[in-house]
Amino acid sequence: MVVVSTESVPIKSEPDVVTVRRCVREVSAQLGLSLVDQTKIITAASELARNTIIYGGGGTMQVERLNGPRTGLRLTFEDHGPGIPDVELALRDGFTTGSGLGLGLGGSKRLVNEFDIVSRPGQGTRITITRWK
Amino acid sequence: MEKIPILKMGEFLLVTIQVDMHDRLAMALQDDLTATISQTDARGVLIDISTLEIVDSFIGRMLSNIAAMSRVLDAETVVVGMQPAVAITLVELGLSLPGVRTALNVDAGMELLRTSVNANKEMYGSRFH
Repeated sequence: MVVVSTESVPIKSEPDVVTVRRCVREVSAQLGLSLVDQTKIITAASELARNTIIYGGGGTMQVERLNGPRTGLRLTFEDHGPGIPDVELALRDGFTTGSGLGLGLGGSKRLVNEFDIVSRPGQGTRITITRWK
Repeated sequence: MEKIPILKMGEFLLVTIQVDMHDRLAMALQDDLTATISQTDARGVLIDISTLEIVDSFIGRMLSNIAAMSRVLDAETVVVGMQPAVAITLVELGLSLPGVRTALNVDAGMELLRTSVNANKEMYGSRFH
C-alpha cells in the first residue's frame, strides 16, 4: 500500500465540521469513490469531527489518499482531550455522555470498511477510518 | 448571521435547505421555524432537502425535533427530496427519522400536507380565531 498524499485539516470550532465535510467530499470524488461510498465517508467524517470538538476539545483530521493494490481514503481524527475510559461502551448505539443521540461512534464504524480507535485516558483519542474504492 | 429563509404559502411554510449547514445554523432554523409556525398559524411545514449531500445524526435530530415541535403546535411536517445515497447512509448510521413524514418530491409532499390537514379539519372542525 502506498500513501499518495497527506494533508491535515484543523478541527477547532464548529464551522470546521463543514470544512471537514467539504474536504472529504472533494478528495473522495477525486479518488473515484461511488456516490454512496462518498456519502458514507463524508457522514462518518462529520460525526467524528463533531466528536473531536465536543469531547476532545479540538484536534486535527489527517487525510491520506491510498494507492497500491487498492485505491482508498484514510482519515485520522486525533485529539488530546480526556480520552474515552471505556471504548467498547462508547461504541454502543445510544450511549452518550453528551447531549447527542449516541450514534456518532458506532454509526461511523458501520459506514466505513476499516475502523480503528486508540484512546488513553488523560492523553487523547485517535480514530482511523478507511473506505476502499 | 446567515439564515435559512422560510417562505409562507397559504397555510403552509416552505423551507429549502440549500447550504451545507453548520450545527448552529441548523439550531437557528429549528428555532425560527417554531416561532414562525406560531406567528403565522401555519398548518403544515414542508422541508426540501434535495440539495443536501449528507444528513448526519445532528441534522437528523434537527429534522425529528422540528417534526415533534410542529406537531405540538398543531402543524404537520413533511421532509421531501432525500437523495437515495443519503437515505442509505442514514439508515446504516442508525437513524430512521422516527416521527418524520417524508415524500419523494415537493409535489407529493404538498399533496400529503393538504390531505392530512383537510382530514384534521373534517375531524375536528376549523380552528377558532
